[in-house]
Amino acid sequence: MQEKNKSYPIIIIGVFTVILFISMISYISIYAITNHREMMDNSYNAHQQLLKKQNTRGTIYSADGQALAITSTDEEGNETREYPFGKTFSHVVGFSVNGRSGIEDLANYYLINSNAALKSKAEAKENDKKFPGDDVYTTLDVDLQQTAYEALSARDGAIIVTEVKTGKVLALVSKPDFDPATILKDWDSITNDKSNTQLLNRATQGLYPPGSTFKIVTSLEYYREIGEDYKNYKFNCNGKFASGDDVIRCFHGENHGSLDFPLSFAKSCNSSFANISLQLNRDAFGKTLDKLMFNNELPWDMNYSVSSAVCDNDLGDADTMQLGIGQGKTLVTPLHMNLITAAIANNGTLMKPYLIDSVVSADGKKIETFSPKAYKTLVSEEESDFLKEMMLGVVKKGTASKLKGLSYNAAGKTGSAEFKDSASDSHAWFTGFAPYEDPEIAVTIIVENAGSGGEFAVPIAKRLFDCCFNEK
Amino acid sequence: MELYLTEISKYVIAGSMGAYTFFSFLVFMYRGEKRRSWIYLLQIISLFATQFACFIQIIAQTGSKRYFFLLMIQALVLASTISMFHMVYPDGNRLIINNMCMMLMVGMIMITRISYGKGIRQFIISSASLVLAFVIPELLFRLEFLERRGYVFAAIGILILGIILIYGSVVNGSRISFRIAGLSFQPQELVKIIYVFFIASVLSLNKDFKTVALTSALAAVHVIILVLLKDLGSALIFFVVYLCVLFVATDSYFYLISGILAGSVASVLAYKIFPHVQQRVQAWSDPWTTIDSTGYQITQSLFAISGGGLWGLGLYGGTPSSIPYVEEDFMFAAIAEEMGIIFASCLLAICVSTFIMILLEAYKIKNSFGKLLCTGLGITYIFQVFLTVGGDSKFIPLTGVTLPLVSYGGTSVMVTIIMFSLIEGECLVRSDERYQEYLKRKREKINAGKK
Repeated sequence: MQEKNKSYPIIIIGVFTVILFISMISYISIYAITNHREMMDNSYNAHQQLLKKQNTRGTIYSADGQALAITSTDEEGNETREYPFGKTFSHVVGFSVNGRSGIEDLANYYLINSNAALKSKAEAKENDKKFPGDDVYTTLDVDLQQTAYEALSARDGAIIVTEVKTGKVLALVSKPDFDPATILKDWDSITNDKSNTQLLNRATQGLYPPGSTFKIVTSLEYYREIGEDYKNYKFNCNGKFASGDDVIRCFHGENHGSLDFPLSFAKSCNSSFANISLQLNRDAFGKTLDKLMFNNELPWDMNYSVSSAVCDNDLGDADTMQLGIGQGKTLVTPLHMNLITAAIANNGTLMKPYLIDSVVSADGKKIETFSPKAYKTLVSEEESDFLKEMMLGVVKKGTASKLKGLSYNAAGKTGSAEFKDSASDSHAWFTGFAPYEDPEIAVTIIVENAGSGGEFAVPIAKRLFDCCFNEK
Repeated sequence: MELYLTEISKYVIAGSMGAYTFFSFLVFMYRGEKRRSWIYLLQIISLFATQFACFIQIIAQTGSKRYFFLLMIQALVLASTISMFHMVYPDGNRLIINNMCMMLMVGMIMITRISYGKGIRQFIISSASLVLAFVIPELLFRLEFLERRGYVFAAIGILILGIILIYGSVVNGSRISFRIAGLSFQPQELVKIIYVFFIASVLSLNKDFKTVALTSALAAVHVIILVLLKDLGSALIFFVVYLCVLFVATDSYFYLISGILAGSVASVLAYKIFPHVQQRVQAWSDPWTTIDSTGYQITQSLFAISGGGLWGLGLYGGTPSSIPYVEEDFMFAAIAEEMGIIFASCLLAICVSTFIMILLEAYKIKNSFGKLLCTGLGITYIFQVFLTVGGDSKFIPLTGVTLPLVSYGGTSVMVTIIMFSLIEGECLVRSDERYQEYLKRKREKINAGKK
């Protein structure tokens, strides 16, 4: 049985096995490490229970260090999650029982882990206490959130305020809301009633017809197609505009008379915008909508709804006119409207909105810091200048005149979105930014079933801007 | 105090395991067991450092003294195995023995951590098998006639599998066990060895087309019975082992490629015919949508592997018991969870080091039967490691085989230890070949001198 000694098959098998194992080890390591956080947040993961038993849930702080959600432990070791501001932060901070929502969910991984120093852990263990979980500092501004919460008062609706240069979310309110401290007790009564929307975060999940706020988008497309020629635009409004059998009416049938483009925008003339939309290239409009993230994902880490606005060459005249004034099948979330406004205010660049500023261990060691990230360029600088100017006009000589003559210059666009056939019911919208010269914050407001945007949403914007700029 | 001990020992465990792994590859830089002996010494030191640190962690976490005695006894058994084997078989390969002890050590610690009773049982069976391991190399060396009993082995193998198919009690789809005198016994584990004997013997005697066709048919009978038994893991192992041994025996790429093609066709057919195969593939491709039913096991395993991070949660720091059948099929996940990804990767690297050494022995040996036997046993070992670890980590579909030497299961441990001692037996054959050659050359020299 003597054989020649050289055996290539053995070498081939050996090399193949080594390569196979190297790829498997790399795969396992990379998969385990990159998916670590996501898997930890899975409710089927037993490690969560383990960490809950081991660590006290960390505290959620506002940007200036006020506790928004904190766990207190009584002498018998029973833990309760307390929310010092009651319902003010209910949707944005969320809850952590019966599932999770809001920042309680977003930051769950940090809150349940403990990066306390070994010394403090050993001390805790000696005293028979749990390890302190890591604390999360949010971007939220308590004053602004309270102002927004009070301004919306008993109305249903949503308010979102972001910092345009960084993407920090400063305030986020949605009503109706819930009491996070008693959510466990209220759970059945809330969830059993199908018409109850207390748990719906309207700012990010509520889909509304944008109404006239959508004219920002229509104007952008118009400017893209004809550029500086918009200055030659002339229109005579007699309260309605007809194309064939389809008629578009101005809000409350108002007669705007002779208008150029900036005034059509400032006065929010539906007839003029119906006229403009018919002149647009519908395929190009559809592409603009896609670029503005309609029918697409938003850079948002929590639950949200996808806005819908469709336009192409197959779209009929009637639907095109409806689209141009933000009615018909078009639906947006307040969050989406705010992101578009923030991008315009920030020279066209959208910063990724974020809520968690930093994660700090119980000993004060920074575990993780989140810095502003540019998400993408939504409009060019030129287009941004044009839209900013148009939005300033709304304040100076249009529907948002309640913002005129203040210590700062605000700019924006109102909307009165009709959601039923009867013209009397409308949601009041405002989306805008301030100061005009060097924009800092973008606010978006929707008050359900209130009436016109100029009358009901603009005053709320004023209170928010005042809160930001008058104290300084 | 306990906390400091747990944390520090975490790094000591990973560090000494890393050192051990490094040495198990450094060995290949030196030719000849004598030149390697200092590496083996360092390896043994790292092995016991790892074991010691693990027990420090266990005692810190549980505060129970009974583990201290267990540590002492286990260390004693491993130390005497390593030293006595070297004394009894100075020509044996020490890397394979060291690696075997390392794997056994890790397995016993992890099983003890999951269930103390099972840990003790595993320890007793392992110790008994190690005693057996001292006899087998010498037996193999002496019982040369075994090399020519190929078809007898085929008959025994098929007979055993056939009996299981007819009478066997099917538990959990793929685990077949017989109870003999109160001990659960899995005969198809033993068939693995008989099967390798069969193909090594037949193909070392004859390589003509007729023999290959007949052997292939007999091998296929094994594989088909295993598929019918729903033991897909073993079926795959038997197939791959046959393919590789045939490739080494005939040096023919034609056989290799047609074997791979036949295997692919058979896999597709099996997928189409058997619903349990489809279920396995589905659970692999997307376990997340069926997380509460068919995907439960694999997702729990993924949670465990990713939950440990680089250094692990520490022994008794994780929740390995949340994975069903963790001590049999998901030992890799449990180890990764509590000892960390670094440790688990080292464990795999040690398996590869063992396999390379086995192939090296197979490469050097001149006896054709020995060459094929080593190759076959080596592939059986490493492919089983691949199947179980790949299945645990969603690299490949789950097949439900154990991690040799580490997983709980008396038959599996015993069979793997026997396999390694058979390979040691072939090492004796090889050094004997060298010695005979040396004598031959010497005689020729003397004869030449006479002329």
